[in-house]
Amino acid sequence: MKGLITMDDLTNEDIYNILADAERLLPVARGETYLPLLKGKILGNLFFEPSTRTRMSFETAMKRLGGDVVNLGDVKTSSVVKGETLFDTIQMVDGYTDIIAMRHPRQGAARYAQDAAGVPILNGGDGAGHHPTQTMLDLFTIQQSHGSIEGLTVILAGDLRYGRTVHSLSHALVRFGCRLIFASPELLRMPTEIVEDLREHGADVTETEDLLGNINKADVVYMTRIQKERFADEDEYSKVAGAYKLHARDLDNAKSEMVILHPLPRVDEIHPSVDQTRHARYFEQAFNGVVARMALLCRLLDIEVPASIEGGDA
Amino acid sequence: MVGEHNMRRVTAIKNGTVIDHIPSGQALKVLELLNLSGDTSVPVSLVMNVPSKKMGAKDIIKVEDRELTQSELDRLALVAPDSSIAIIRAYSVAEKLNVNLGEEVRNVVRCTFSNCITQNPREPLPHRLRVAKTAPLTLRCHYCERPQDLSKLIRNLI
Repeated sequence: MKGLITMDDLTNEDIYNILADAERLLPVARGETYLPLLKGKILGNLFFEPSTRTRMSFETAMKRLGGDVVNLGDVKTSSVVKGETLFDTIQMVDGYTDIIAMRHPRQGAARYAQDAAGVPILNGGDGAGHHPTQTMLDLFTIQQSHGSIEGLTVILAGDLRYGRTVHSLSHALVRFGCRLIFASPELLRMPTEIVEDLREHGADVTETEDLLGNINKADVVYMTRIQKERFADEDEYSKVAGAYKLHARDLDNAKSEMVILHPLPRVDEIHPSVDQTRHARYFEQAFNGVVARMALLCRLLDIEVPASIEGGDA
Repeated sequence: MVGEHNMRRVTAIKNGTVIDHIPSGQALKVLELLNLSGDTSVPVSLVMNVPSKKMGAKDIIKVEDRELTQSELDRLALVAPDSSIAIIRAYSVAEKLNVNLGEEVRNVVRCTFSNCITQNPREPLPHRLRVAKTAPLTLRCHYCERPQDLSKLIRNLI
């Protein structure tokens, strides 16, 4: 395995092994113990698009494991603004670093970068394409909550058209026999080619505009933000945005072990009243970004995570 | 007076390439694919919608004094995967060639998705479309993985 561009680069066995590594690395991610497995290694953070969580969690993951990070910095002041091709940027960073984490507005950019680079590329999002490291932390959070990923009923809600996190996650969940309910406004439905692809792989997929009426069936509700910038005008945005909001009172009929996830940032699709319920898992999920990325960095750099880690009972 | 049914629509060529069994109406696209639609110094004859036992109706193209190469002909698979090709030398068939799309179409057409990384013309890596299915023909970009719009593909020839 070279880089991680889409979830297809991982077998189910790989996924389980990486999740197990992540579980053992929890005390290191919390800072309870120091384990410099990646000492002497340098991560190149190439974020051609704004990112808070993904970029920071990669940086934290690298530093918790004793490694170092170099950043592309602001795209507006880098050579990209002078018209440098992605190919040339990658050639340069490839020489400076041992591994690259990248986000780019163009779809296919991560695969392109991997073809151009000698070092492994971790895709941190390419246009509306894939976001596999987010999927790994989502799977980790689901496994942590339910003890397993297999056979769960998962609602993915909100912007399913442009949201790359839900594209990668759906493909992965189907591989573990999960039943998927896509709840979105008509305008933001999951792209047809993805739904067809999932069904071709034998997936049980339901598409609906009704989020609240389906909550009682779910083991996991995965909320996403409806982004204003996707709409031509404000009116069109406000027409659909309000329809996919969760309030604590909407959860009365939910299964007791049901968990709510969100890739964050949220705007108002999850009301703060939900934060206090037993269902809220999105802040743990954000923390899990560090531990999942630690496990991935080790895997792609061929560094074995010890079978037992001092200070960790996990 | 010669009966119309016996009249040859296009005369035999001495040397060159004959492309037969092109789906009816696709001949102009084939010319475009083979870069024969613009300025070309060789004579090109084309017939469209002629009766065919095998296909009902078909198009035929004859290119004089030029033997098309296998890699040029492989582009045909995008619009005429079942066409048959004959290389003519001294009025007789010297060679028969088949169209073969293979597993990937490399540097023939650009991805049709407007936000694909390959839309930047200065990016130097090859344009690669993967053959995901042959019937019906489904191509996906190696980079962005988007299924290609075959009707637009012809406009994206390199």
